[in-house]
Amino acid sequence: MSHFLSESTKTTPADAGIGPALWGSIWIIVGCAIFALPLGIATAIFLEEFKPANKVLLGLQGLIQLNITNLAGVPSIVYGILGLTAFAAMFGLLGSGKDPYIQFGATYYHQYLTEAIEPVLVPVDGPSDEPELIDGMAAYSSDYQPITLKVVGPDEELPTDPQVLRRTLRSDAVGGTISDKAWYYFQLPFGRSVLAASLTLMLVILPVIIISSQEALRAVPPSLRAGALGLGSTRWQVVRNVTLPAAIPGIMTGAILSISRAIGEAAPIVVLCGIVYISRSPQHAMDLFSVLPVQIFYLTTQPPDAQSVISFQNVAAAGSLVLLVVLLTFNTVAIVLRQITQKPLS
Amino acid sequence: MRSLAWVRAREWVIKSGLLGATLFSILITASIVFLLFGETFRFFSLDEVSVSEFFTSTKWSPLLGEKSFGIWPLVSGTMLIAAIAMTVALPLGLITAIFLSEYAPRRLRAILKPVLEILAGVPTVVYGFFALIFITPFIRDVLGIEVDYFNALSAGIAVGILCIPTVSSLSEDALQAVPLRLREAAYGLGGTKFDVAVKVVVPAALSGIISAFLLAVARAIGETMIVAVAAGATPKMTIDPRNQIQTMTGYITQVATGDVSNFGVEYYSIYAVGAMLFVMTLAVTLLGNLIRLRFQEAYE
Repeated sequence: MSHFLSESTKTTPADAGIGPALWGSIWIIVGCAIFALPLGIATAIFLEEFKPANKVLLGLQGLIQLNITNLAGVPSIVYGILGLTAFAAMFGLLGSGKDPYIQFGATYYHQYLTEAIEPVLVPVDGPSDEPELIDGMAAYSSDYQPITLKVVGPDEELPTDPQVLRRTLRSDAVGGTISDKAWYYFQLPFGRSVLAASLTLMLVILPVIIISSQEALRAVPPSLRAGALGLGSTRWQVVRNVTLPAAIPGIMTGAILSISRAIGEAAPIVVLCGIVYISRSPQHAMDLFSVLPVQIFYLTTQPPDAQSVISFQNVAAAGSLVLLVVLLTFNTVAIVLRQITQKPLS
Repeated sequence: MRSLAWVRAREWVIKSGLLGATLFSILITASIVFLLFGETFRFFSLDEVSVSEFFTSTKWSPLLGEKSFGIWPLVSGTMLIAAIAMTVALPLGLITAIFLSEYAPRRLRAILKPVLEILAGVPTVVYGFFALIFITPFIRDVLGIEVDYFNALSAGIAVGILCIPTVSSLSEDALQAVPLRLREAAYGLGGTKFDVAVKVVVPAALSGIISAFLLAVARAIGETMIVAVAAGATPKMTIDPRNQIQTMTGYITQVATGDVSNFGVEYYSIYAVGAMLFVMTLAVTLLGNLIRLRFQEAYE
């Protein structure tokens, strides 16, 4: 059980787990909530509590309202396409996700194998940068200890001392780029990253949060507002001290319900990321990731295995069960919260 | 005591911030429209495709062999799924709504409504998996109908089950909005409970029910994961639900999960299909919402 929840997907169904996908889901949902909740609640407050007196402006607000209701009906896969173009690729204006235009928090190395078959790292500027090998240049060993490299020509004789041989490269050695990204690593465009997915899911649940928060605010009796206004409060003071505290349980219910919707949402993530094999949990907001529903989708598309007693379909069933338990818990909490707090205020 | 100017300034700043948040929703709509139609325009300007082929050809095969871009097989697949789904969701959802609103005792209602709501939270990929490993074998082994491993029927039924809470909860709101005096008048004329529910309350709430139906149709058209898992990936003009089909959403998923180059014609085709999907769902949702807004005014 704990193996299933922590391990990554393996080639055999019996060993497979959902660990990275579970962590991916947690990362995405936290990010999504951070963006969607303030924005959604702010919009709801503006639409409900700052109604203009002017007829033209009131008409405009009606249009915005209709727009939000219709946004709630837009299929989530369309938001996936929007997220892919606007967040992941940034319309192609800033380079590609793999070779970003703007980035910080990453250190790139060119990795070589020395003549004693030991990896060494030569620092470089970017992912497409090729270093020039010079005798005596500074480099790092595989455990990031600073070392000095000895570089010899293609036909020169190799040093005999094994300690020196460990640090010796031929000048025509071929290496590959590896990167070491800090937890605060950031890049533009976002690429197919945790952040891009959080923002995309924010688009999906934003209309739902707005509408449910509006309903919660509307349920606050007007007499409370009138009372506070009559005592000389400004509109914002009414919202902060009277309406919002009264509406918070309703807003929270709507928020939890829409966040549970985001947890189960697979379509926009599939469009954004495709199906990628991920063996570790996200390390920073720009990391590649997988989420639980996408993992289940991937598992259901695997052909049944005749040799093994359990197939990937069984793994998908187990994953679905985990997802269902999480979601039903969320929804039950939200609905119980509403039943408890649903007392008439007037 | 803070000065009046300070309070006014704070009020203005907060109001502007809230206004900015509100305008963000307009920005989302604008970017969807500009993005989808802009990229669709680029799709049509490619050599391999033409607008007339897109709207007249009945063959959609952009990934293999001789490429052909006719949207109708995808649209017909989508409509087939939506039709099967509504055949399931409309009667069941409406009966549920009538029972909850007119028949159920208050205590049962207080339990059933939240249960329905929790059901609505089941993720769609789980419904798709359910269609694949339960509904399809059930159709084949218990009902004895020969169906493909992937078929429109089981996917459509799963989408229908998904739509039941949408239909029932919106219809129930509409039934509840019918004034009590209409019911009382019907009872006074000697109507039975069934007469009152079916001959008075349902007709009075018809616009609300139609709106619920339309919003559920929009949901069925846009549903992705169920059809991606259970309906197959063969675009086909057919009304035979036993076959494999492909919907618009299914196609977008197929392109996204395959290794497709970022600038090929396949890549731009998802924008054209997405634009078509957006237009169809928007039209249905808009109609549903307009009908609902009209009906809301009727009794107030």
